[in-house]
Amino acid sequence: MGDVPLLPTWGPDVAGPGLPAASPRAVRSLRSRGSELASAETQIETVSRVDLSAMPYAGSFERALRENGWARLEPAPIEIFQINLGKLCNMSCRHCHVDAGPDRSDEVMDPATVEACLAAIDRCGAHTVDLTGGAPELNPSFRTLVDALVSRGKHVIDRCNLTILLTASHRDLPEWFAKRGVELVCSLPHNRRRNTDIQRGDGTFEKSITALRLLNAAGYGKGDPGRRLTLVTNPAGAFLPANQAAMEREWKESLEREHGVTFDRLLALNNMPISRYLEWLEETGNLKRYMELLVTSFNAGTIAGLMCRNTISVSWDGRIFDCDFNQMLELPAVASDGSGFHVWDFDPAVLAARPVVVGRHCFGCTAGAGSSCGGAIES
Amino acid sequence: MDTYYKPEHLSHFASIAEGNKALAEKFFSYYGAVFADGALSVREKALIALAVAHTVQCPYCIDAYSQECLKNGSDLEQMTEALHVAVAIRGGASLVHGVQMLEHVKKSSM
Repeated sequence: MGDVPLLPTWGPDVAGPGLPAASPRAVRSLRSRGSELASAETQIETVSRVDLSAMPYAGSFERALRENGWARLEPAPIEIFQINLGKLCNMSCRHCHVDAGPDRSDEVMDPATVEACLAAIDRCGAHTVDLTGGAPELNPSFRTLVDALVSRGKHVIDRCNLTILLTASHRDLPEWFAKRGVELVCSLPHNRRRNTDIQRGDGTFEKSITALRLLNAAGYGKGDPGRRLTLVTNPAGAFLPANQAAMEREWKESLEREHGVTFDRLLALNNMPISRYLEWLEETGNLKRYMELLVTSFNAGTIAGLMCRNTISVSWDGRIFDCDFNQMLELPAVASDGSGFHVWDFDPAVLAARPVVVGRHCFGCTAGAGSSCGGAIES
Repeated sequence: MDTYYKPEHLSHFASIAEGNKALAEKFFSYYGAVFADGALSVREKALIALAVAHTVQCPYCIDAYSQECLKNGSDLEQMTEALHVAVAIRGGASLVHGVQMLEHVKKSSM
């Protein structure tokens, strides 16, 4: 054998051949990197190029719907009015379907469009308004909008990344939200550090726990329906989340035992093959396998409960979409005459008559227990 | 057969019923019941399965239960700790036989 070592010479700190380091790394937005995937059209092409001909329904979502009794995906009455207040975010997570980040300060909803949203909410009768982004709190109109919604008696949801609550101009938000009964739906990919930081950047888990303590101190996460704290998990990799209820049980136990924090409920979401998660799938050679997983996990029982049926989604520039994912893929809601809808002038009756726009990415919401802004569709 | 292990064998596992359907049905029904949520959670059972998979060195099981562990909410640290439990028992099983060796040595030596 001479000098040839019997064992590889690389140690635990050095990745061996074929084992790329899985260490967390910072990401920047696709747009700021000039990536081809920054274009919605390229994203749609990339996903449609995957050969799924041997899969159920030959990988066609329209066919999956049709063969399960849905000639077209009809909307249900609008219950949730979701507003994407802009793509600006203090974070830039590896899986973000919005391609949000600190560089996207030019795509933030202006006060006139916020006003138009309020008028539209009055016309369409949604009982819940779901605020998302980016970090919605970074929109200068955020607090004015929340106050206007609360005074209208709407249930307000803030989709919060937790870390924003530690920034200087937002430290008062937990108490501010508590006084208004805003529901907080907060991203936390995992109940432990590693898989949280892999997806959201180094140090995110510690910051998130600190933010959760602030929310607990403001009365959130203690079973009070007026101060509901919901956590949202999505897998840090190319797999689907398991049973939401079982995970909630284990998270509640471990977060309280290890960190002394409590929350009210856990939502488990599937990752969508869009934007930066799509980039990760492609880079790691997981795209085909993940698309096959989504298609073979198609669950027809989730269709009726899909969020695109009872939600409309408004973009920062006031256009109307069937969901936030279609919004990021630039697939606007379309009336029967082919025209689009805008928050300034849409007719709720014409909107109600449209079919929902679908594509291959929709397999992401119908896989397994299903996935929507409200978590698993089937328990 | 050009190689003993083929990844696609894992997804063809059910074809083992071809030689004896009744026994296969009994096995898969038992298997499903073993891994159902019970006094131990599905996540805990997947961690045990992962450790056992490495002990019996079954590549199919390692493939399946690495994925199951992640899917059910375990992370790499927890999975690695589970593996070291198997390693410790394997190592310990060898080492504890050293007490037999010790007895032999003491009996045979001056």
